[in-house]
Amino acid sequence: MSESRSRRWFLGIGGAVTAAIAACTSKAPPAPPSGLGAGIRPYGSRSRFEKATRFFRPTTIPEEASSRTPLQETYGIITPSSLHFERHHGGVPEIDPATHTLTIHGLVDRPTVFTVDDLKRLPSVSRIHFLECSGNSGSEWRGAGESDVQRAHGLTSCSEWTGVRVALLLEECGAQKGAAWMLAEGADACHLERSIPMAKAMHDALVAYAQNGEALRPEQGYPLRLLLPGWEGNTNVKWLRRLKLMDRPAMTRWETSKYTDLMPDGSARQFTFDMDAKSLITRPSGGMRLPGPGVYELTGLAWSGRGTIARVDITTDGGFTWTSAELQVPVLPRAHTRFRWTWNWNGAAALIASRATDDTGYEQPALPALVGVRGTNSTYHNNAIQVWKVAADGTITNGNS
Amino acid sequence: MGTANRAFVACLTLSIAMASHRALAQSPTYGVGRPATPEEIARIDIEVRPDGSGLPPGSGTAASGKAVYAARCVTCHGATGKEGPQDILVGGQGSLKTPKPLKTVGSYWPYATTVWDYVHRAMPFDHPGTLTTNDVYSVTAYVLFLNGIVGENDVVDQRTLPAVKMPNRDGFVGDPRPDIGVPPATSKKKPPREAPRPR
Repeated sequence: MSESRSRRWFLGIGGAVTAAIAACTSKAPPAPPSGLGAGIRPYGSRSRFEKATRFFRPTTIPEEASSRTPLQETYGIITPSSLHFERHHGGVPEIDPATHTLTIHGLVDRPTVFTVDDLKRLPSVSRIHFLECSGNSGSEWRGAGESDVQRAHGLTSCSEWTGVRVALLLEECGAQKGAAWMLAEGADACHLERSIPMAKAMHDALVAYAQNGEALRPEQGYPLRLLLPGWEGNTNVKWLRRLKLMDRPAMTRWETSKYTDLMPDGSARQFTFDMDAKSLITRPSGGMRLPGPGVYELTGLAWSGRGTIARVDITTDGGFTWTSAELQVPVLPRAHTRFRWTWNWNGAAALIASRATDDTGYEQPALPALVGVRGTNSTYHNNAIQVWKVAADGTITNGNS
Repeated sequence: MGTANRAFVACLTLSIAMASHRALAQSPTYGVGRPATPEEIARIDIEVRPDGSGLPPGSGTAASGKAVYAARCVTCHGATGKEGPQDILVGGQGSLKTPKPLKTVGSYWPYATTVWDYVHRAMPFDHPGTLTTNDVYSVTAYVLFLNGIVGENDVVDQRTLPAVKMPNRDGFVGDPRPDIGVPPATSKKKPPREAPRPR
């Protein structure tokens, strides 16, 4: 007895640890957790029981690739920065914010170099906006392509972004009258660049340095990125190093041969910036299984690059009847909007889908109607309704056709 | 100082502030940042536009580009630009309206200057920025030659490259959306956003 007590004293702690050690060294079932937990630590990480990750297929060139947000395992409207989708064209550069600069030049009275610290001295704004790759849902042009919501639609995420208004910076540099376009260029290996109309630059564009309350993640452009609310992802140039005001667009590779939308007549639409209204049921969705008849919350995300989500309708009979879902407030412009609807599943096969309408009156189209207008070779800007097929045994598959 | 006097001084201060704001409307409000020198702008001012602005002195031909291509491009783009495994550069002309369009430099890219710009800024993929100016001219000429757009010994330079007419030069239109999703009754006819044309 006294020997046991002295050993406890030597370990410096009470019975819990002794019990834990006993559990480790014997075959007895582990004791329920009790006593003290882990101590404080300088930077947090999630529970080891949480497994949600971005999805990507193995590739020989991970520097020119994308990874997808697990939409089925996110909640509310904010995407954790660590799960924000990625799309890189020349890898993620490692940039020291102490040496990185943003140069504004071209048709300005005062070409100016801003350090990151300079930008942080200027009046800041924080806004919640989605960011969606124009190639999102590209697998679905010919009907059911991918098996689940992450693989099919995971190139959209939503964050709170903090930075300086581009309008403020351009006014500070004395934008000249003839400036009609703003060229934005990154400091990554391929120096991705896009020409942006001045109207957008002056309206709501940001040079962002923070995301979800901390500095941008390297994959999101650390230390500076352009943020163009509601516009296709690639125009939101990451690792931003310069803005040049010009009288016409530069006709870069990305705005001519890459992010243009091929139509059935062989013409290609250029400068297709806006991301049209879209919605997805994220739970339950492809790859999941309903254990049996009864009540299920149908929940998902809706967003519009042209404004604010006004309504989301739900069908469980393949589009014959629709009922309105509840929208989680606040409903913000150009931001993911969480919707939910309670479904009492009777156990019969069902086709479930959501349909978004924004405050411009635009209603998310069905896939056959969208294909009727654009064909199947436009690659980008597929915002069609996603149908999930629920079988009588509860298994859920991609029901697009 | 009485209340009236204080109000007067406040008013005067405000008018002076407003007057100077008007006078300095073109001046920076915050004065943050420092002037960019011509030298530091030149280091990053790399874009080349369809009118040829941004192209440096230098030249090349397809004949001289063949060796550059074999050394620096062939691994990703294949022996004749048609094999991949990465982007196909050659062929596809006439395929854009078929069920299997092939978008290449020859079938899709509207401006030859963009080829120069992209090779210069981003290629080779794993070592961008390592080609000499004449290498970039040469390999641009070679890719154009493989597509039947320039001759093997045509000199490509600041003057000739912007004059090259690409087969799909007129293949692009502006954004007509919303092209669906708006009921005809409420549809506001707005002219499509013009695809800007270089002058």
